[in-house]
Amino acid sequence: MATEAKIIDARGSFCPGPLMELIKGIRQEAVGVVLEVWSSDRGSAKDIPEWVARAGHEVVGNVEADNIFKIQVKKLR
Amino acid sequence: MTRIVLLGGGVGGSMVSNQLARQLKPEILRGEVEITVINESDTHVYQPYFLYMAFDQAVPADAKRPERAVLNNQIKLVVGHAERVDREAKDVVMGDGAHIPYDYLVIATGSRPAPETVPGLVEGGHIFYTEEGALKLRDALAEFTGGRVLVTVGVPHKCPVAPVEFTLMVRDWLDTHGFESSEVLYTYPIGRLHSLEPVAAWATEIFDQRRIDSRTFFNVETVDSEKKTVTTLEGDTVSYDLLVAIPPHLGQDIVKRSGLGDAGNWIATDRHSLLMQGTDNIYVLGDATNLPISKAGSTAHFQADVVSSNLVNRIHGGLGSVRYDGKVFCFIEAGNDEATYVKFDYQHPPKPQPPTEMIHLYKLAFNKMYWLSAAGIL
Ligand SMILES: Cc1cc2nc3c(=O)[nH]c(=O)nc-3n(C[C@H](O)[C@H](O)[C@H](O)COP(=O)(O)OP(=O)(O)OC[C@H]3O[C@@H](n4cnc5c(N)ncnc54)[C@H](O)[C@@H]3O)c2cc1C
Repeated sequence: MATEAKIIDARGSFCPGPLMELIKGIRQEAVGVVLEVWSSDRGSAKDIPEWVARAGHEVVGNVEADNIFKIQVKKLR
Repeated sequence: MTRIVLLGGGVGGSMVSNQLARQLKPEILRGEVEITVINESDTHVYQPYFLYMAFDQAVPADAKRPERAVLNNQIKLVVGHAERVDREAKDVVMGDGAHIPYDYLVIATGSRPAPETVPGLVEGGHIFYTEEGALKLRDALAEFTGGRVLVTVGVPHKCPVAPVEFTLMVRDWLDTHGFESSEVLYTYPIGRLHSLEPVAAWATEIFDQRRIDSRTFFNVETVDSEKKTVTTLEGDTVSYDLLVAIPPHLGQDIVKRSGLGDAGNWIATDRHSLLMQGTDNIYVLGDATNLPISKAGSTAHFQADVVSSNLVNRIHGGLGSVRYDGKVFCFIEAGNDEATYVKFDYQHPPKPQPPTEMIHLYKLAFNKMYWLSAAGIL
């Protein structure tokens, strides 16, 4: 996990949900920034990396603790 | 005297101020409390009607009332553009240089569609999220000669169900105006048709029945208005004859000018107390927060109950401990004179509800009852 990351606290988010919150972050932040999404939805550990790969960014961390999934994504373009 | 200033007199600002005016009437009459609403315009606009305006089922006057008539008589209304919030001086600086001091500030400035953030979208796309945009789209539909209607959804956006409702309504419009063979292509940013799983499942079925095509993982990066194509962040290029875009939204510029927000002008807000993070006298509600919940009038409504309860309690000497639980409720028009709804909060996911005619009738009635809601009565 990168040490410097902008936290997106999307716990308990059913709409828009953790992935849409990440897309919002990616759109508004600069290239090179690492975003760390917090999600209480198990599906995020899979659907966030899937979108990140399609959109050409990079997952730099993916951990779970106490049913909270923390996924770090670096904006590459 | 305690001065409460509401920045923004839309859904959230009107509800909070009206609830405060009723519950603090004795204090206001004794000159101990003053409530001021600052709003850009002297007209209150009910935004859901923009959807109907696009299909010529409503006209702008249907959606408007004077702001003064929406607000309780005990509330001071300042009509004008607020330039910035000065947190050190504890006042709001107006465009004309006037200063409006506060002890408590409630920010409910909403959000705005920002088509200029997607290159080519202003020239190539139609939006129905503003009155002007809805009327332009109405005129474009009147001149439509057939082909593909492409619906795109930007992130973030307010009213999460309007894109699905528009898609069903435009299919219906095409079928009844001689364009049965025209294609409707609905697209969505993530891997299913809607962020709410029950809505996604329902939309998959109903789109299939009504000949609506769809694509997922579709985030528009650029629009080529000459070639009439859109290209996505994920690398797809799709052509269109009529592009209807729900653009990505931004928080208002006053948030940026005041140094209160993040890169998208969203204000970091405590998810339970609704206080702006790091403050104890600035509340934020409605579309303006950075919270990971739907930007909807109903969200602003549930949050208004929390903010006004806590302000009344604090003025009466309490600590203001009521917590927002993340509650959101949305009606969804399903076509065929039926509607359904979804309800969820931070702890409880939405459950699917079958569409019924009763819910449709209730939604129609709610469009009229909105004014009672804004008045803090319903
Ligand atoms: C087409 C469409 C359909 C919708 N349908 C639904 C629906 O069916 N159900 C639902 O729940 N929601 C719906 N919504 C969403 C809903 O309208 C918004 O989420 C809601 O209005 C947000 O309330 P708010 O108080 O945060 O902001 P708003 O109601 O937008 O109010 C913000 C106010 O702040 C004022 N303001 C902003 N900046 C300044 C400034 N610098 N100085 C002075 N004043 C300022 C503005 O003039 C405005 O009056 C819909 C929206 C659209 C566009």
